[in-house]
Amino acid sequence: MIPVAKEVGSLRAIASGGIVSPTGNPDLPPEKEKEFRRELILKALKTLQEEV
Amino acid sequence: MTNKIRVGHYLNQFFAQIGGEDKADVGPEVRDGLIGPGRALQQALGESGEVVATAFCGDNYFAEQQEHTIDELIRRMAVYKPDLFIAGPAFESGRYGSACGAICDAVQRRLKIAVVAGMDEDNVGADLYRKRIYIVNSGPSIARMTPALQRMAALGIKLVRRESIGKPQDEGYLPRGIKRNGFAAKPPAERAVDMLLAKLRGEPFHSEIAAPKFAGSKPAAPLRDLKSAVIALVTDGGLVPEGNPDKIEPGRPTRFTTIPISGVTSLDPSKYDAVHSGYDTAIANRDPNRLVPLDAMRELEREGAIGKLHEFVHSTGGAHAAVENATRIGKDIASQLKIAGVTGVILTST
Repeated sequence: MIPVAKEVGSLRAIASGGIVSPTGNPDLPPEKEKEFRRELILKALKTLQEEV
Repeated sequence: MTNKIRVGHYLNQFFAQIGGEDKADVGPEVRDGLIGPGRALQQALGESGEVVATAFCGDNYFAEQQEHTIDELIRRMAVYKPDLFIAGPAFESGRYGSACGAICDAVQRRLKIAVVAGMDEDNVGADLYRKRIYIVNSGPSIARMTPALQRMAALGIKLVRRESIGKPQDEGYLPRGIKRNGFAAKPPAERAVDMLLAKLRGEPFHSEIAAPKFAGSKPAAPLRDLKSAVIALVTDGGLVPEGNPDKIEPGRPTRFTTIPISGVTSLDPSKYDAVHSGYDTAIANRDPNRLVPLDAMRELEREGAIGKLHEFVHSTGGAHAAVENATRIGKDIASQLKIAGVTGVILTST
């Protein structure tokens, strides 16, 4: 979906955990999944601070 | 046709020969018969119709006192019992074009008669009214006055006689977004191949599907300081409180829901649902934090990584969204966030 986001001018876009679980990964054990989510959010927050 | 079609015409102060910008504040007026471009309109109508009255108003007056002006013009125009109302053409003039659209829209609704406006396709009035009324594309140049009025008259006569109206490109009006079933001479596969061959040969061809126009948006300036930032969570993945109290649609959304999350540290699957016809919601329903990362955000808020998490989550079900609805929903959410002092948004999309 990133090309779609960029096409309409939403330039701060990062790859998520997938269509059915953007901020999760059901294949990971719960603790690892939470870590994955935290990392993803930190990456999103970093992107908010970038010039585009 | 035994009876001539009775036609009312709308002009601005300039075309009604009152004056230029210095007369843009003259009030509404309706006079017997035709004025100025009305002559070309009368010629285009020929024996089929007669311009019985001309309404006009200064562009600034109309824009500033639209409601009262429309009331007055319609009240006085109704006396002439018109069958058809023609406005303009306004070419590139934005105020005049908007006035033509507004008066036609109101006449159509209140007098229940056929209306046709004329203006350039890039006139601001075109986007405002093209869906509600027939607007003939006059082009930007006043030199095209006569051909524009000929198309407007021809379309108007057809509308009054309730004849079937052809496609926008055949009749010269701006597309209204109306789909109608019709018979084609060739099946879709042949038409597609014909189009491809034309393209390869460098010949002109017309797509049968109009691509939606996306308005470009300017990205916001980067966040300077996360520690003082107010971050909001927004999703198009259809998060709702259990039972979906705002009844947001699982697809073709027309609205969004606002979910209070003050004091909520994690999205409990027994209290929240994902409602969305565009993806399998089972995985998000087992743990809604997979859709809206509330638990991780609260952790970061507690640690001081961000200033504050906004106390509401805005959510809509983004499947098969019409561009205009999606645009409106986005603008409404953005304005609420802005008012609330939110400085950054993480939008999770499915």
